[in-house]
Amino acid sequence: MASGHEHTVKAFDEDIKHLRALISQMGGLAEEAIADAMLALSRNDTALAKEVRAKDKAIDAIEAEVEKLAVRVIALRAPMADDLREVVAALKIAAVVERIGDYAKNIAKRVPLVHTPGADRIEAISILPAMAQMASEMVHDVLDAFSARDAEAAIRVVERDNRLDDFYDSIFRTLVTYMVENPRTVSEVAHLLFVAKNIERIGDHATNVAEMVYFAATGNYMAERDTVEVPEA
Amino acid sequence: MTQVDYASTSADSAAPARAGAGAAPKMSARGVNVFYGEKQAIRDVSIDVDMENVTAFIGPSGCGKSTFLRTLNRMNDTVASARVEGRIMLDGEDIYEKSMDVVQLRARVGMVFQKPNPFPKSIYENVAYGPRIHGLARSRSDMDAIVERSLKRAGLWEEVKDRLQDSGTALSGGQQQRLCIARAIAVDPEVILMDEPCSALDPIATAKIEELIHELRGKYAIVIVTHNMQQAARVSQRTAFFHLGTLVEYGETDQIFTAPRQERTKDYITGRYG
Repeated sequence: MASGHEHTVKAFDEDIKHLRALISQMGGLAEEAIADAMLALSRNDTALAKEVRAKDKAIDAIEAEVEKLAVRVIALRAPMADDLREVVAALKIAAVVERIGDYAKNIAKRVPLVHTPGADRIEAISILPAMAQMASEMVHDVLDAFSARDAEAAIRVVERDNRLDDFYDSIFRTLVTYMVENPRTVSEVAHLLFVAKNIERIGDHATNVAEMVYFAATGNYMAERDTVEVPEA
Repeated sequence: MTQVDYASTSADSAAPARAGAGAAPKMSARGVNVFYGEKQAIRDVSIDVDMENVTAFIGPSGCGKSTFLRTLNRMNDTVASARVEGRIMLDGEDIYEKSMDVVQLRARVGMVFQKPNPFPKSIYENVAYGPRIHGLARSRSDMDAIVERSLKRAGLWEEVKDRLQDSGTALSGGQQQRLCIARAIAVDPEVILMDEPCSALDPIATAKIEELIHELRGKYAIVIVTHNMQQAARVSQRTAFFHLGTLVEYGETDQIFTAPRQERTKDYITGRYG
């Protein structure tokens, strides 16, 4: 939990606040990338897909900024205890959010491959945005938990990952069934399998961030939870 | 790693702060109170220190860490208004018993102070003084050997071996402090108490003292009082945090600095105190 007191050195508080702001800004961009990639996919909007790919550079730039600031804080402020754990967590979380951005970018890249000109629309696409929404909310909530140093909120995010995994399993089966029934669409639907897998990975990353937030907030490791095996795509 | 069971001390806990499983305590304090006249400086402190670990006492000015350190070799006896209650044991023997010879005690529990305080005598005499009054050397060559060994252990021999007759006060501050450590070592102590040994030294001299503390670990039980938390983190394996005369938390240094259990410890080490 956040300490009620401020640092005697006020500039230290400013640095910590800035670090949190950068992480939440990064998270906002990653959520937007996921939403736009899914929108581009459902609407076959290649211009929007291209935009998602271009915007990924902004996420990378913030990651670099987080790294610079974290190193500076460690060098100049010698943070201890929960401050130290938070700075280290920020470093690691920035790397994970960057990965989440990459998954969104990867989804965007597949937009032209899923929609072959002249072919029928693949109905299975319509079930993917709901799954993406679920993963995106996990990312949102876990970064809020980080800002608030809220270990309980982090646990709630982890608990949601099983539902996302179940969602993935059901989409996997649906897409395989679709391929069997529509053999001409195998190549397009194979890309959708990767999209689903990417979304499932985003959820895993949100879970990892939740574990980092828990450690930063409490100094203890979150107990190993039962992981549900997900078939590899 | 073995699981260490801590009775993490808080004000409401009567249990002594244990140094950890496996290490037999060299010194144990139980229910120690210290008063200066009417004013109580230490409240019900119980703690163990052992040979294998360097123990650091940290806390804000006036928290009682130096006062408590001084009870460990009865340095407070020299303060007329000071009164000590409770029990402090060295190898299970109460050092405040009437039968305890204080001069002998201070040979067994040596002390190094904040400001280097060599005698205004030669480097050799500074080290030889203690062994001589305690009758530890039978001959001149015995004494030479003790002086050489002590200066070597204090990491000063190479710098002074060719000028042992020079005055101790002619050395640099860092060298003087290492001379004081050699002087403490010369009488073959079991415990060395250090009260802010580096606060008057520059970073290089400080690093040498810290390296020395590292080398002396295991040979002596070492207790160091420091205002410099980074120093406590660097040199110690156990850290005790004092506040307002009480022992707030005592644990492995790693744990104290990465995940302190008490709110007051956290506020202090993260710079949120006051």
